[in-house]
Amino acid sequence: MNDEQPDNLGAKLSASHRHPSPQLKNNINFWRLAPFCVASIVLIPIIVVISSIFTPADDIWHHLAETTLPSVLLNTFWLCLGVVLGAIILGTSLAWLTAIYDFPGRKFFSWALLLPMAIPAYVTAFVVLGLFDYTGPIQTYLRSWTGAESNWIPDFYGRSGAILVMVLAFYPYIYLLARNAFITQGKRLIEAAQSLGLSRKQGFFKVALPMARPWIIGGAMLTLMETLADFGTVSVFNYDTFTTAIYKAWFSLFSLSAASQLASLLIILVFIIIIIEQQLRARMRFAESKSSRTTFRIPLLGWKRLAACSYAFSILFIAFILPCSQLLIWAIDEINKNIDSRYIEFLIHSLTLSTIATLIIGSVAILLVYATRLYSDKATHIAVRIATLGYALPGAVLAVGIFISLAWIDTQFNQIILMLFEIEVGFLIQGTIIAMLIAYLVRFLAVGHYPIDSAMQRVTRSIDEAARGFGLTGWSLLSRIHLPILSSGIFTAATLVFVDVMKEMPITLMTRPFGWDTLAIRIFTLTSEGAWTQAALPAIALVLAGLIPIILLMRQTEQ
Amino acid sequence: MTSLLSAKQLLLILLLCISFVFMASPLHAQEVVVYSARMEQLIKPMFDAFTTETGIKVKFTTDKEGALLARLQAEGKRTPADVLITSDAGNLWEAARAGLLKSISSPILEANIPVQLRDPQGQWYGLSIRARTLVYNKEKVDPSELSTYEDLANPKWKGRLCLRSSKKVYNQSLVAMMIAEHGEAKTEQIVKGWVANLATEPLSDDTKAMEYVAAGRCDVTLVNSYYYGRLMETNPNLPLVIYWPNQDNNGTHINISGAGVTQHSKHEAAAIKLLEFLSSEKAQNLFADVNFEFPANPQIKPSPIVTSWGDFKKSPMSMIKAGELQATAVKLMDRAGYR
Repeated sequence: MNDEQPDNLGAKLSASHRHPSPQLKNNINFWRLAPFCVASIVLIPIIVVISSIFTPADDIWHHLAETTLPSVLLNTFWLCLGVVLGAIILGTSLAWLTAIYDFPGRKFFSWALLLPMAIPAYVTAFVVLGLFDYTGPIQTYLRSWTGAESNWIPDFYGRSGAILVMVLAFYPYIYLLARNAFITQGKRLIEAAQSLGLSRKQGFFKVALPMARPWIIGGAMLTLMETLADFGTVSVFNYDTFTTAIYKAWFSLFSLSAASQLASLLIILVFIIIIIEQQLRARMRFAESKSSRTTFRIPLLGWKRLAACSYAFSILFIAFILPCSQLLIWAIDEINKNIDSRYIEFLIHSLTLSTIATLIIGSVAILLVYATRLYSDKATHIAVRIATLGYALPGAVLAVGIFISLAWIDTQFNQIILMLFEIEVGFLIQGTIIAMLIAYLVRFLAVGHYPIDSAMQRVTRSIDEAARGFGLTGWSLLSRIHLPILSSGIFTAATLVFVDVMKEMPITLMTRPFGWDTLAIRIFTLTSEGAWTQAALPAIALVLAGLIPIILLMRQTEQ
Repeated sequence: MTSLLSAKQLLLILLLCISFVFMASPLHAQEVVVYSARMEQLIKPMFDAFTTETGIKVKFTTDKEGALLARLQAEGKRTPADVLITSDAGNLWEAARAGLLKSISSPILEANIPVQLRDPQGQWYGLSIRARTLVYNKEKVDPSELSTYEDLANPKWKGRLCLRSSKKVYNQSLVAMMIAEHGEAKTEQIVKGWVANLATEPLSDDTKAMEYVAAGRCDVTLVNSYYYGRLMETNPNLPLVIYWPNQDNNGTHINISGAGVTQHSKHEAAAIKLLEFLSSEKAQNLFADVNFEFPANPQIKPSPIVTSWGDFKKSPMSMIKAGELQATAVKLMDRAGYR
């Protein structure tokens, strides 16, 4: 469907473009077509999912509408609202604190606060629930202390628990993006605001925060999509959301088509949100004349030092130290019984997949961002947004969409080969790492795209004009001018993608080659049989592996 | 220049890909490919024993049932899978209904696996039995108070019952079997009674439910017996006791984990051999040992710990009902407000 669009739009655009340099014309087709090609790769599995609307599943819709759908929609609304708001507050405040101020432990906190991201959210959920619910050590101690079996402590189940855990698991997305914004410009803005007679607080709310909006909104979008797609965490709390309804239709009512129809609604909803977000952004103009780094930070004094330090510590404690300590206690119990040489294999598989996927997704994201920079017409923007939709779908539903698409391509290819050479070659893509990498691209392009896109938005267009004046266009404009400016955004994207790919489960489960187990697969295999203490071992390994990109990132931003 | 390079790279990737496939899946007969929803730690020992005995290699992958079924469907006649293994009867029934499994006849399987535990057309066979039973806190419940699943709807259990979420297939199968026995209307009354008696919101897993009983939050719960076995193995001092319900009428509800040969299996003989082996004494003993389950083959005894829980009457209902009535059961639980 995208075949004809680019041409006539391209014609329209080059007519309207003000300075069509001759070299630009030569490169026009590549940059023009790139977003549409990428979008169609993502679109194929999504169309597979949406095509389910032609299969009737009326009885299931009728049943859902009569029973659980209203409460499920309400639950989903509150969950999204709570998680996104909570993550924005937590992520932005911590980012401001570590980017602008100096307090004891700041350097440690600035990278450690990313660590909660490395634990799959449902593992954090299980561990935190285990610590805080009725049978957990805290409530047990309180009961023995008060000497009563009283139920005066509210159950940790349901909405509050799910929101709390997801805020703790997802705030790093916003933290990382907002920190990037504040580091590259926050200090200078505060100085400018102060020179205009504003207090530091006013400077934050009136200048730095609005200027960081593309980053914060980008992080909030990722958080929202992740929340909508989540199944594991809400299951631990038995909190019914739209995604649990999708899985119920599929796994319990045996109707993959009803599940896909529900998922299609989710896609449409997310697409609407994306369009609204884009409209909001379009009204904003961000410009930055040069990339500058904070060289020295404002030291906090007196009680503020302590307050900053304890705030950062308490978040880190609940979100990471507490669940990790529990995992460590379990892992130490298991280490003699269950560790074997296969763990090295799991680790190598996890790292290999994450590294290759990060390289691919990062490059494609840069390509998309740059293409929209060159051609900021509506069609290109929509194509790019479509390319990021894969992140909002529940993983297993997307996995099926991707799997069906790949199987179809393989079948077609086989038929051609059969016709030409009269041999059966079997599956060419399916069951290979290439299938996994395509699937990861579809799933995680949003994670790579948002950080780089936000960084690009703040690069003023006058730079491009000036560079063109010196004859730089296409690849050379990208590599000589934009890539250096975008580097911190690219590093941010790479870190997020790396960690996300490493903890991904449903797609990895469905597309991995035989025997190609990763740490995340190991966690799934053990937890799905309730062997949580054994699962602690691969979970700890996953956290340690997640440290690699985080440390690399911090080295880069702390220079 | 750039486009030339990328075309070359593309060709290289394609060639690599082709060679990889030829290396990865040689089509020799001494191999059988399994899609298993039973997780690695509970099935690999049996595969290893099979390879030792027959020399046939077992290649397998694990995933959730729904994903494996969707995968078989998408792969169609090109599927590499020869055998599908699940951990409940409902999904085997659904796989058969969707035409993903093949009818096979094997005198060995028919002799080893009772009629109740297999598909009449031979599309799937139970390999181990899992009993869904009651576990109570011995400090708070006199066993004479307990009798049946249905009795848990009695107001005398108000605020004393804990249940796992209705989203788990084990509860769906149980309710499906109750519908087969009592009809929908009566079953809905019973499930509503359970919900009214709950001490707390439905919990996320069987072990958690037992921990709640042990901690005194509630007095009794419904779990698969192997979860009881695992929990008591690590915490032998918990005040938990197992109780076999419905002994005076239809018997305790059972489910199976089982297997079938796929419709488009490329190694059918080897696949049947694997199923036969899994029903044999050697593998059935492994099933008994790895997970406190009951062997499907009635000639094989469960492990000593499981035997110590006492003998009990199992419900004679055919496993087919669990599949046929699963969707009805799920809808019923939604209506009854059982989350």
